[in-house]
This record gives sequence, structure tokens and C-alpha cells, in this order.
Amino acid sequence: MTNQTVVIGGGHNGLVCATYLAKAGHKVLLLEARDQLGGPASTTEFAEGFKSSVAHVLHSLNNKVATDLQLGQAGLERGEAVNTIALSADGNHLTLAKNVVSGNGLSESDLATYANFKSDFQAYAKALEPLTMNKPPRLKDMDTQDKFTLGKLGFKLRFGLGKDNMREFLRVGGINIYDVLKDSFESEALMGAIAFDAVMGHHMGPRTPNTVLSYLNHVRGEIYGDQSIPKGGMGQVVNALESAAKKAGVTIRTNAKVAKIKVENSQVTGVQLEGGEQIAATTVVSNADAKQTFINLVGGRQLDAMFSHRVKSVRAKGNVAKLHFAVKGLPKFTGLDENQLCQRLIVCPSLRYAEHAFNAAKYGEFSKNPILEITIPSLKDASMAPDGHHVVSISASFAPYQLKQGWQQGGDDFIATVLSVLEQYAPGISEQIVAKEMLSPVDIEQQYGTSGGHWHHGEIALDQLFMMRPVYGAAQYDTPVDGLFLCGATAHPGGGITGIPGHNAAKRILSMGGR
Amino acid sequence: MSATQHLDFTQIYHHSPFHDRIEAISQVKSWSAWNGVQTARVFDTVASEYFAARSTTSVMDLTPMEKYRITGPDANEYLNHLVTRDVSKLKPGRVSYVVWCNDEGKVIDDGTIFHLREGEYRLCAAHHQLDWLLLSAEGYDVEIEEETFDIAALSVQGPTSCSVLTAAGIDGLDSLKPFGLIHANLNGFEVCVSRTGFTGDLGYELWCDPEHALAMWDAIFDVKARGLYDVRPLGLEALAMVRVEAGFILPGDDFNPADSTVRAGHDRSPFELGLGWLVNFDKPYFTGKKALLAEKQKPTARQMVKLVVEGNKLPVDSFLFDRKNGKRVGTIKAYTWSPILKANLAFAEIDTKNGVVPQEVWAEIYYSKELEWHSTWAKCSVTDKPFWNPERKSMTPPSAF
Ligand SMILES: Cc1cc2nc3c(=O)[nH]c(=O)nc-3n(C[C@H](O)[C@H](O)[C@H](O)COP(=O)(O)OP(=O)(O)OC[C@H]3O[C@@H](n4cnc5c(N)ncnc54)[C@H](O)[C@@H]3O)c2cc1C
Repeated sequence: MTNQTVVIGGGHNGLVCATYLAKAGHKVLLLEARDQLGGPASTTEFAEGFKSSVAHVLHSLNNKVATDLQLGQAGLERGEAVNTIALSADGNHLTLAKNVVSGNGLSESDLATYANFKSDFQAYAKALEPLTMNKPPRLKDMDTQDKFTLGKLGFKLRFGLGKDNMREFLRVGGINIYDVLKDSFESEALMGAIAFDAVMGHHMGPRTPNTVLSYLNHVRGEIYGDQSIPKGGMGQVVNALESAAKKAGVTIRTNAKVAKIKVENSQVTGVQLEGGEQIAATTVVSNADAKQTFINLVGGRQLDAMFSHRVKSVRAKGNVAKLHFAVKGLPKFTGLDENQLCQRLIVCPSLRYAEHAFNAAKYGEFSKNPILEITIPSLKDASMAPDGHHVVSISASFAPYQLKQGWQQGGDDFIATVLSVLEQYAPGISEQIVAKEMLSPVDIEQQYGTSGGHWHHGEIALDQLFMMRPVYGAAQYDTPVDGLFLCGATAHPGGGITGIPGHNAAKRILSMGGR
Repeated sequence: MSATQHLDFTQIYHHSPFHDRIEAISQVKSWSAWNGVQTARVFDTVASEYFAARSTTSVMDLTPMEKYRITGPDANEYLNHLVTRDVSKLKPGRVSYVVWCNDEGKVIDDGTIFHLREGEYRLCAAHHQLDWLLLSAEGYDVEIEEETFDIAALSVQGPTSCSVLTAAGIDGLDSLKPFGLIHANLNGFEVCVSRTGFTGDLGYELWCDPEHALAMWDAIFDVKARGLYDVRPLGLEALAMVRVEAGFILPGDDFNPADSTVRAGHDRSPFELGLGWLVNFDKPYFTGKKALLAEKQKPTARQMVKLVVEGNKLPVDSFLFDRKNGKRVGTIKAYTWSPILKANLAFAEIDTKNGVVPQEVWAEIYYSKELEWHSTWAKCSVTDKPFWNPERKSMTPPSAF
């Protein structure tokens, strides 16, 4: 049998991994279920002439990945840096840049604290970098790479951060963002805005333990560069990855949904597509999440019982719905000019607001007052909407995967809820809407094949990170099935458009396969 | 008591459906809780119970043993993925002794699978297994139900057990082979009879609806009342003797079940327990297969063995050495004086030499004589066969003794 590598799924991580492998000499076939690459990062038409991508803010594409894969040459334009504007109904907004905040009558103390706070967190994220860009080390039976990673991590924590900062990091690392913010800041609006980044995409409120860690996960992007709203939506990043993959020799097939990963004697032998086509392979790399990969594609019959159980127990119930509004004319937000509308807008006016929004999700209800992340991608690229029209793209939370009344029933109510919140900041926007799309976590699961429709393919929490991500036994990209690897957000270090899981997986495959 | 009924936790002992008879027949009222059920340690004397099992017929209440009903279209494939042995060809009417392992190939428990009727199985286990059975079901269309207290069971063992049961009114035992089972009629109710047991001798286990428990007990003991054969109850202490003679190891007593092992390296694989014959690598994937295959690549570092210990001293909790005053190579796990074999017998775990089990080791035995402690050395030889293995155990029909 010739050495054939199959990558299941053409999400951005699948593309990154495939490209690295092809560059290293693997014969790579990438199979994507949808008619389009990129998963939730693809730009799609949601109403005639109106386009958007589910993932709409580029935070953290990893620079090494961009450089290694020559994504610039392949057409990647990250776009200019955007700020985050935390909306206030009275138009008295806060503008948050990476290390500077302004507006909304902030105290001198808050202004200064913000700069320090951010630089501390950026330093923590930097200290964790050795862990990010490598397979998470095992604590038992370490190999040389693991020892090296841990050594570097120890060095960076102790000497990169310095004694005091290391102590502070160890103090806050496992606790909640609410306590940390309350210790540091005065302004409710500012604390709400920071907490937003700790809870968006997670099943967590500001008081949930672990939210410092999820915030840190977000801040990691800031050490690579600026956040931006790519021209053409996130699909533009996917297009660049696709060109790079093709250039490296990856064969790409869309509309090729894998129905089964074939295993004999714990060794992968290939895949079977929906419709029955068989493709033999010596290496199979899955961009799908752990549950899809092991429970649906491999199946419990080929696995050890506790391993299947662990995979099934991964917490991966999405909490974010994506709304796309096609609007006539440019919507007016109280107190924002057109340049400000090009930024990343968020609605999360206080810690209490966010906590209350989350409370509902614990009981299978959506928030009465959801937190929102709003972009208008058509301001970056006019071709996203017909002349005189715009696209308003919103990630709205909390919108639990297991909604009590079901999303069939509750979907319209949630749209109305989001619009009523939006109206507080952009009065009259509802009248401008000519078409809309709402993707609940259930829709995202169905359309993009991610269990629970989860942003990160599994919660970012201490027990599901590092050597426990997605589960013990498959945390170093290789799995109990020989020749089968994970390369998507389900693996370390998690989701977002970063390319890191794809990069790390390729590195692992190459180091195990010797090519 | 049914499995679905809530247990009363203020009650120290729960009662089996045979309770009234057991209580009445007990002379010394020496009780233990087995799975929460009041169980006799001794009824009258250990010796008389022991010799009933070895010379006539003994009866023991098996009801507290963990029992699970496994049905559904994938029941057989499910079981085959659960246990290390190949049970894919286990026919209706047959029973198989099995162990099951965790992902790391360490033994969680042992037990028996009864193929009761086409597609209907019973799994008997030493310890509670419902959680493990349920979480092992991923990918299989099966129903798993605990039925421990929905079935009343008696173990009827000994050279005359076939004769006793026949005299009690059960037909068809003459052609029942070891590890076979039949559904029989006893005075108008149904009894499942399997030729299985824990004594290593001729013997049967009887399973019926708890509603008929007392009638089943009475039918058996009536054989004695009629003056035909001696029948005696068997307590836990005599059982502990005969099971060592029979060569049956007990999870939890002789080795640590994997699911309750905390310290790394304190759990055991089937190979380490000398149960490698129960592992089949040719069948489809089962839990622990990958780990066991990897383990097989290296020689087994230690192994559970059966020892015949010379001399008249019991090797109580002894350490074992490669020679007198030599290097320590193992420990005793269980022991008994065997009246019928006139020998001290033991299970022990010993270190192998590059995978080869040494055939001879020495036990350092501490003993007290009129409250003064002494120590002595006893030579122990390893044996592969069960210590007690009479021909009648496997004869069909078993002769009338
Ligand atoms: C509502 C929402 C909003 C988000 N917003 C942002 C954002 O603004 N910024 C950001 O950085 N991140 C955002 N994310 C997160 C981001 O989209 C994901 O973390 C990221 O897409 C994960 O990338 P991936 O390549 O690992 O997996 P995916 O992008 O999920 O790709 C997996 C691919 O595999 C394919 N696939 C699955 N099963 C099969 C199969 N059986 N056969 C063949 N193909 C298969 C899927 O179709 C898909 O294309 C958001 C997520 C959600 C849910």
C-alpha cells in the first residue's frame, strides 16, 4: 500500500496540518464534508447578495504558522487592527485597545491599572508559550520533547515573569475573573468589557472558576498581533490556506463526508465516505472534534471502554448563537461614527449583566439580556452586501445547546431578544432588516459537524486542557488508534482561528513517522 | 428484596429469600455481610461443613452474588468486547468463566457468563459492576440490568450432589456437562440448573424466582429428611478452604481489583494472575487488548502461582524467598490446610526470572507455641494444576456416589 495520508475536515486547522504534512513529503488527501472549506470560518451567503462568516473576528492566527506556510504570498490580508468598543446605551462608550483604554469617564486609577493589567496578562500568556506551541507534556513517561517543554515552561514562568509575577500568576491562574477584576478596577463598564472576553464561547459566567484561564486563552492572540476583521470575512483566511495547501500538493475534495474511520487491530486502515467509497490510508488526521472522531467515526467497538467514556463525557455544549442581519443602509449606533462602526462592538455593560446572562444558561434558558459581539463586515469589504446595504454579524451568548423548549421553538424568541437588546444601542435597526439568519448551537453542530456546536470543540477548562485535552489518552495528537491523529480545536490548545492545533499535530505526526 | 427496592440503611443485615431456613439451621449464629446480606460464616463446625462439600453434599446460598441480565441485539458482541476471552461462540445452555480488564489491561473482576436462552445472558461477578457494564456499552445495542436480588440461587456441591438433586426431583442432570445449564422443573416451578461451582468438585448451581426459594431449599433438604443422602449447609469459612483447594482466586482477596486500586503498579493483568489462558488476541477488539498486547511483548515480571507448602505450619501472610535466608521474591496471598489432601496449600505472588516462574521457593513462617514466637523455613513447590481435581468433576454422567 502506498503511504496515503487522509485529513478528515477542511477547517482551518485541517488545512494547516495538511499543508505542513504535504510540505514534509506526505501524500495528502483532504476530505471536507461541506461544499466549502473552513468550517465556521468560511464566508457564506446567508441571503441573496449578503455574505458573512460565523467566526468574524481574527484574534490570534499564529505568526509561525503564517510564516511557515507563506500565507502572505497565498493572499492572506489580516486587515488593520481594530479596537473593541464596549457599548453604552447613552452613547458613552469605552474604547479598548490592546494596552490602552479610553472613554466613559474612567478614573485615573482605572486608566493606569488597565495598562498594567493587560501587560501582566500578556506576560503570563507569553510565559505559557512553550506549552502552546508543543504537544502538552505527559507527566508520566515523558519523552525528551516533553522534558524540554516543561523545562522551558519552568524557565519562562520563573525568569520570564520574575518571582513576583510568577507568584501572582499562580495565585490567579485557577480562580475567576470576577474576583480578579474586583480587586483591580472601579468601573463596572470596564470590568464588564474585560469579562466579556473571559466568558464568550464558554459555559461560564464571570464568577465561574477557571475564567482567568479562559481569559488568558483569549489574550494569547494579543501576543501574536492585533485583532482584525478580515476583508471578505474569515473566508479570506481560509482561501489563503487553501492556496497554500494546493501549492504544497494537498489534494482537496469537498462534498466528501467521512462516515467511518476504518480500524483493524487498533491500526487505522482508511476511511469510508458517506455513500460507501473506501479510501485506504496509513495515516488519518481528524479535524473533527473528539466525540465525532471517536464515538461516531471510529466507534466504541474499536476502543477501550473507559476511553470512550471519557470522550463521551467531554463538556462540549455550545452557548453561542450566530446571527446575521441583512440591513438596508448603514445602521446608526448611538454615539458611534462610521469609523467606530468598523471596530469590534460588544454589549456587556457590567459584571452583573454578564453573570445574569449566564445564569439563564445553567437552567437551559437563553439570556433575557444576552452579551453580544457585533461586527459590520460589509464596511471592510463592500462586496459582502449589495449596494446601499450592510451585514450586521453578531455572536450572541448565552444560548445553550440544550435549550429547554428546543431551538425549533425558541429560535424566533431569541432573535427577538437579541434585537431588543440591539435596539437599546442602535435604535431603529430592526426596521432596516431585510433578511436574517440565526444559527443556534444545534444548527452549528448540524452544519459544521462540531459536537454541541461548541466554539472550542470542548470547554476550555483546567480539566480539559493541556495533558487532558481533549481527554487523557489522546492529548498528544496521537490517539489509542495507531495512525489516527487529532488536529482540530478539540486538541491542545483549543479553538479560535489560530492554526496552532494543526501545526502541533503535524509536528507530532512527523516526529512519530520520521518523515 | 428486589434490586429496585430501596435498601433500609439502618438495617445492618439484609435477608436473602432463604433467610428463614438459614437462620433456623444455624447452630452458632456466626454471621457476616456478603453484599449486605446476612450470610453464615459457620453453621455448626467448619470441619463438618468442609467434609460435606468433599464427601457428601453441601448447600450454600448464592443469592448475594452480583448478577446482571444482558439482552438486546448486540448482547453477545457487547460481552465479547467486555471480557478478554472469546465468548462469541458461547451457545445457549453454556457457561464461561471470564475476567474483564480496564483500558490498561488490569483485571477489574472475574465472573461467569451464562447463555441462558438464545440472546439472553447472565453475568455473575464477584463485585458490583453495574457502572462498568453500563459505561462499556458504547457502540452496542444492549440492555443491562442488575438482577442480583431478583434471582434466588443455591450452590449445591459435592460428590453426591447429582444424586441429591435427582432425588429432589430434578431430571436431566445425567447428561448435563460441566459448564452446561438446563431449565428444569422442580415440583411445578422452573429452576435453572448449571453445572458450575466454586469448590472444584462435582456440583451445581440452582437459580429460581425468589418466590420459590424456600420450596427449592426444602426440596433439597427433604432428601436428607427422607434419609437418602446427607445434605449440609456450607458457611463462608469452609468455602474459603475448598476454593483454595479448587485453585480459584478471589478478586479483592488475592489481588486488588483495578477499579479500586489507587497506587500505581498495585493492580494486576491476567498474565500476572496466571490467567493468560483467558486472553484471546484473535477475536475483535476488547477493552484492554492494546495494553495486553503491549504487555505480552515483555516477559511477565511476577505471577500468581499455586504452592504446596511442606511441613505442618501454615504460611500465614509469609514472605517468600528464593532459598533459605535468600532474596525475597514474593508473598503469600491465601492459604489453607487441606484436610483431604493432607497438605498446606497457598496462592502466592512471586517474581519471575526473565518471565520464567521458579518452581521452588521458600517461605519464612512465623508461628507461636504457647505464646512464644518462632520462625521456620518451609520449601514450597509450584503447581500448575488445581490442587483438588477429582475425576467426577468432569465426568458425564457423574456416577452416583
Ligand atoms: C458561533 C461561533 C462564533 C465564533 N467566532 C469566532 C471568532 O470570531 N473568531 C475566532 O477566532 N473564532 C471564532 N469561533 C471559533 C472558531 O470558529 C473555531 O474554534 C474554529 O473554526 C475551529 O477550527 P478547526 O479547524 O479546528 O475546526 P472547524 O473549523 O470546526 O472545522 C472542522 C471541519 O471538519 C469538517 N468535518 C467535520 N466532520 C467531518 C466528516 N465526518 N467528514 C468530513 N469533514 C468533516 C467540518 O465540515 C469543518 O469544515 C467561533 C465559533 C462559533 C461556534
